[in-house]
Amino acid sequence: MQKLGMGQAVNQALREEMHRDPNVFLAGEGVGVSIHLNPMFPTHGLLEEFGPGRIKDTPVSEAAIAGLAVGAAEAGLRPVVEIMFNPFFTLASDMIVNHAAKLRYLSGGKSAFPLVVRMKSGAGIGAGCQHSHNLEAWVAHCPGLKVVMPATSADAKGLLKSAIRDDNPVIFIEHMGLYFAPMPVPVDEYTTPIGQAEVKRPGTDVTVVTWSGMLGVAMAAAEKLAQEDVQVEIVDLRTLVPLDKETILASVAKTGRLVILHEATRTGGFGGEVAAVVMEEGFHHLKAPLRRVTGPDIPVPASPPLERFYIPGDEQLVAAIKEIL
Amino acid sequence: MKISAEKQKEMLWTMLLSRRFEDELVELCKVEGKIPGMTILSTGQEAVGSGACAALEPEDVIITNHRSHNHLLAKGAEPNALMAEIYCKRTGCNKGKSGTLHLAVPEVNAPCTSTVVGAGPPIAVGQAFAQQYKGEQRVTACFFGDGAAAEGSVHEAMNLAALWRLPLIFICENNVYAGAQRHEEHTPVPNLAVRAAAYAMPGETVDGNDVLAVYLAVQEARERALAGEGPSLVECKTYRCRGHGETDPQHYQPREEICSWLEKCPIPRLRDDLIARGVLTAADYQEMEGRAESIVMEAVRFAEESPYPDPEEALEDVLA
Repeated sequence: MQKLGMGQAVNQALREEMHRDPNVFLAGEGVGVSIHLNPMFPTHGLLEEFGPGRIKDTPVSEAAIAGLAVGAAEAGLRPVVEIMFNPFFTLASDMIVNHAAKLRYLSGGKSAFPLVVRMKSGAGIGAGCQHSHNLEAWVAHCPGLKVVMPATSADAKGLLKSAIRDDNPVIFIEHMGLYFAPMPVPVDEYTTPIGQAEVKRPGTDVTVVTWSGMLGVAMAAAEKLAQEDVQVEIVDLRTLVPLDKETILASVAKTGRLVILHEATRTGGFGGEVAAVVMEEGFHHLKAPLRRVTGPDIPVPASPPLERFYIPGDEQLVAAIKEIL
Repeated sequence: MKISAEKQKEMLWTMLLSRRFEDELVELCKVEGKIPGMTILSTGQEAVGSGACAALEPEDVIITNHRSHNHLLAKGAEPNALMAEIYCKRTGCNKGKSGTLHLAVPEVNAPCTSTVVGAGPPIAVGQAFAQQYKGEQRVTACFFGDGAAAEGSVHEAMNLAALWRLPLIFICENNVYAGAQRHEEHTPVPNLAVRAAAYAMPGETVDGNDVLAVYLAVQEARERALAGEGPSLVECKTYRCRGHGETDPQHYQPREEICSWLEKCPIPRLRDDLIARGVLTAADYQEMEGRAESIVMEAVRFAEESPYPDPEEALEDVLA
């Protein structure tokens, strides 16, 4: 086992897949020469290793970056492109929503679009709402896209390798807060399947379904509650689309209680989808109403106390769980 | 000018075929329930697609837009599968998923018709990048309109293509109207080709109703692209003889203007020229007309007799 931040794990996945498949190339703003001369960042050192033919620094042109991915993927390459921050997705969204997601369907299945769009997301960096905005529900709402949001370095590496090998467009969202926290990552070659959630902590009393940066909050809350003899089961979705309903429903069947935890804002958040699945298919298991713990319906503010108020914390999760115990 | 007789006849043929194909659509779309959605035609603009595609090789890629029928037929798309798709039948080239507005014919290297205005150029960048990355001797040509030229995505695509010297030909089909707005109402410069200078690429404005002029300009751009010298912009000045779509009453287009452009129709123009130069006889032309008629009638028969997809087929082809 090695210990890597998520950025380093992503870096290893990119490096390994580029060695494995000459059709894989990277493009984006600063994926080669970056303003961050920091080995914890995902594309650090790749330009030196693979050269400017495969590590393509682009102009500040999100539509062209995403269009590059769509066109090159149809032509048989495996582009991995970076949209620097999740909120800048809006500038690339026509290419992703109207083209990456739809062109295979429009071709009647003749064409494939094996591309990965990596985006950094998450609050906690004091950068405010135009750099910190979790838009996973937007992309999850577009049929034709897969949506992956790892919470650990090991999952990030294994899932990114799967995403690059997948014949469909995959939106791969990395939480910036996880770049700098070393976590164990297997040394040997492995992939992690897209579409499988994982029980990150087994428990019997209540299920917490979460993903991405909120896994740590869920783990902290579970530790606190364990001292009060409440056993929390934590389901890390890892992939939002396709959604692993089985793992969610099996956990709810076991515990009979559900709290959904996500950093994104509440209204129209993906937690609503998880809730709907459980209400439709697992209602009879519920011993109490489910709860959502989410960011409030506000843009992410910059001031530290305001931003801390925005990000859901373990105390909020503990309180929500106690409400339904 | 050295264009083989064979090539010139090929251009006349694809113009004639697409005109006959679209003339039939004019009638078909008047029948309630026959052609779902919009019917958007290239009538009078055929010299652009036919001239450009004649200058391309089969392995070259085209990315097209709303007025795609001429581009696709000129690139060699199969008329039966095209007509069946316009009818939204199961035997259509996209199994009824695309209809007339998103025709994708990857088997003739026409993988994308995008009807999001201005979306073609960034995708063409990706296709041309793949050609460059793999070291192929192929190019990509992207058709877009004067309306699309106002989209930011076209700027991004041109900038990136020129920066990376991609083998890409931007073909701006300037047909005077973007929706109901005349060129001067949405663009401050009379010739869009001048914008090429902003990307340090050649830009040329040609008579878009002169198929031979389009051919020569695209041929030159193709040679430049293959030589590694990067993209070019070819602006083809033509005219939208029909409405934005067939339900558009064209109340904003002066009648005399339409009539004057109909007189500049590229098909009789080339026909008369070829006959005058002894490349073609009147009998040859009659034979071409007869052939176009029977191909289009066969395409209509094929489409009419083809089944619609089963409703559940809607669920297929979302993911690979």
